[in-house]
Amino acid sequence: MNFAEYAAKPLLREVGIATPEGHLATTPQQAAKVAQSLGPCVVKAQVPTGKRGKAGGIKLCSDANAAASAAGDILGMEIAGHTVDTLLIEQQIAIDKEYYAAVLTNAISKGALMLFSTEGGMDIEDVAANMPEKLLQLEIDINHGAKIADVRQMLSPADLGGAEAEIAEILCHLYEVFIRYDAELVEVNPLVVSADDRIIALDCKFSMDDSAIPRQPEIAASGCPEKLSLLEARASELGLKYIELDGDVGIIANGAGLTMTTMDVVSFYGGRPANFLEIGGDSYTKAKPGLEVVLSNPSVKSLVVNFCGAFARCDVMTQGIIDAWLELAPDIPIFFSIHGTGDVEAVAMLKQRMDMEPYRDMDSASKAAVEAARQ
Amino acid sequence: MIIRSSDKVLVQGITGKQGTFWTERMQEYGTNVVAGVNPKKAGTVHCGVPVTASAVEAMEQVGFDYSVLFIPPMLVKGAALDAIEAGAKGVCILTEHIPVRDVMYIMSAAKERGVQILGPNTAGCVTPDEGFLGFMPAFNRKIFKKGHIGILSRSGSLGTLFCLNVVSAGFGQSAFIGIGGDPIIGTTTRDALMALDQLPQTKAIVMVGEIGGTMEEEAAQYAASMAKPVIAFIAGGAAPTGKKMGHAGAIVVGNKGTYKSKRDALEAAGVTVLDTPAGAVEVLRERLGAVA
Repeated sequence: MNFAEYAAKPLLREVGIATPEGHLATTPQQAAKVAQSLGPCVVKAQVPTGKRGKAGGIKLCSDANAAASAAGDILGMEIAGHTVDTLLIEQQIAIDKEYYAAVLTNAISKGALMLFSTEGGMDIEDVAANMPEKLLQLEIDINHGAKIADVRQMLSPADLGGAEAEIAEILCHLYEVFIRYDAELVEVNPLVVSADDRIIALDCKFSMDDSAIPRQPEIAASGCPEKLSLLEARASELGLKYIELDGDVGIIANGAGLTMTTMDVVSFYGGRPANFLEIGGDSYTKAKPGLEVVLSNPSVKSLVVNFCGAFARCDVMTQGIIDAWLELAPDIPIFFSIHGTGDVEAVAMLKQRMDMEPYRDMDSASKAAVEAARQ
Repeated sequence: MIIRSSDKVLVQGITGKQGTFWTERMQEYGTNVVAGVNPKKAGTVHCGVPVTASAVEAMEQVGFDYSVLFIPPMLVKGAALDAIEAGAKGVCILTEHIPVRDVMYIMSAAKERGVQILGPNTAGCVTPDEGFLGFMPAFNRKIFKKGHIGILSRSGSLGTLFCLNVVSAGFGQSAFIGIGGDPIIGTTTRDALMALDQLPQTKAIVMVGEIGGTMEEEAAQYAASMAKPVIAFIAGGAAPTGKKMGHAGAIVVGNKGTYKSKRDALEAAGVTVLDTPAGAVEVLRERLGAVA
């Protein structure tokens, strides 16, 4: 789960990393009032995404009038699918140097990775691609933690003009935030040295590991849950993993891998998947609510049901589908592929209650569904 | 992790509903379950084996090689560290939605003690006619049969499908390794590929990957050095960027973890990459000849 800048910065302050003085505003009037108390300021759109500057969501303002006018422009703006309804108005900082600092999880080392670069304010992917020697890295074994000596060692190739010790300490504090709040990523870009020699985090990106949300209820409450469509929200309430897509072939399968693959196979035969819906794992008894959700999407013109039972039993899942199908009586064709645990019972049930046979495999069922959606 | 009939298995969380159900299935199949753990029921007998308060205690009392965990997400760290401390050879973690920080602690401790971790978020592993760990339908004769194809998969359901296709074509498996759908896992695609390659009875390997991360790319480097044929399928080619496709690890971020990157790396290493799962059998027949 991503956090907007204003929700991430308090986590930095808590461990002693300085941020500019600032306040929130939701109207141009409020923005003017905040600006009045701050003097020259920056008006920043609060949406949980990068590239806000490029999108015009960040403006430097010299006084309250300019801040009100900038706020008027930015409020309501769409940035990467998010509508701006909140602004952070911060004091302008006279910048001497701009750095980059981050701590993130690293699947390869199975631990944490600390990053630092003197090329702050840029897209870090560009730094990594174009001047990899400028991206300093330290792998951290989580059982040992971030040691100041190791961080100093990592920083040694960089010329930090005497601020090495202070920056090393800030990086260790950043690691503290990473550990304490179950971060996937905590990134400060830029971390600046001001004209009056203070080290300040001008921006902060924080994303929390979704699996840790249950044990971080207080902090998680200030995060931005993924934006869901109406159907996705309904499915989520039912405990189903449903993702709405822009095609017309509905998909129900068990297990994430098999469901993704059914999408792939539908695409391979020239069709366009209307959704991802997985009813495996703990939710394999939820075939009926699952089908209801899939059919609520008016774009769905045909449906492929692909079960491969292991832990999830085909007969339980198929029964749920048949129950819902007979009750809802939708006016679209349905195509089954059924294999694995409970398949014999499931196939018999399909024959008896719907007078249907499953297709030989997911390829033939998907192909038939794609052709049906075309008609 | 290749499970053998002689391996002694501990089940942590044996008394729960899932723990009980799958312990019975494992035992029926021939898995040598020697004890279970539940601190609240220590001293009792469940599924015909003694229940101990901890893995450390089970190691002292009966000894074991592998532990399999039927434990809820927030309690996995403690249970896994217990098994590692006990001196397990390997720990199989089935649970989904374990906080990544906990997983990192487990991985660090396991590395220090030289313990193999399978998972998290895996359905387990199967060695036909010997035993299985987790919740795989090893007992289903249409899905598992002793043979010469090594199969590894990030997804349990999709791995099951490939197992089924292989058996219905007359082949069987040397072993199946479900590595799990989480972003950080103990046994990687490359690790599992190596383990299957090193089994003498393996004649070919089916690698079932998915979008997200760089494990398939790393495995490709090893595949390039292999004599045995490798056939791969990568799920998620049609998935939109930036969405977690059911598995926490199955997500394309920017240009990382894409289908194309994986397919290109594997093909460059001489691996046959399938467009759809249906093609696996045909390629196996081509490479290995008809099955007697």
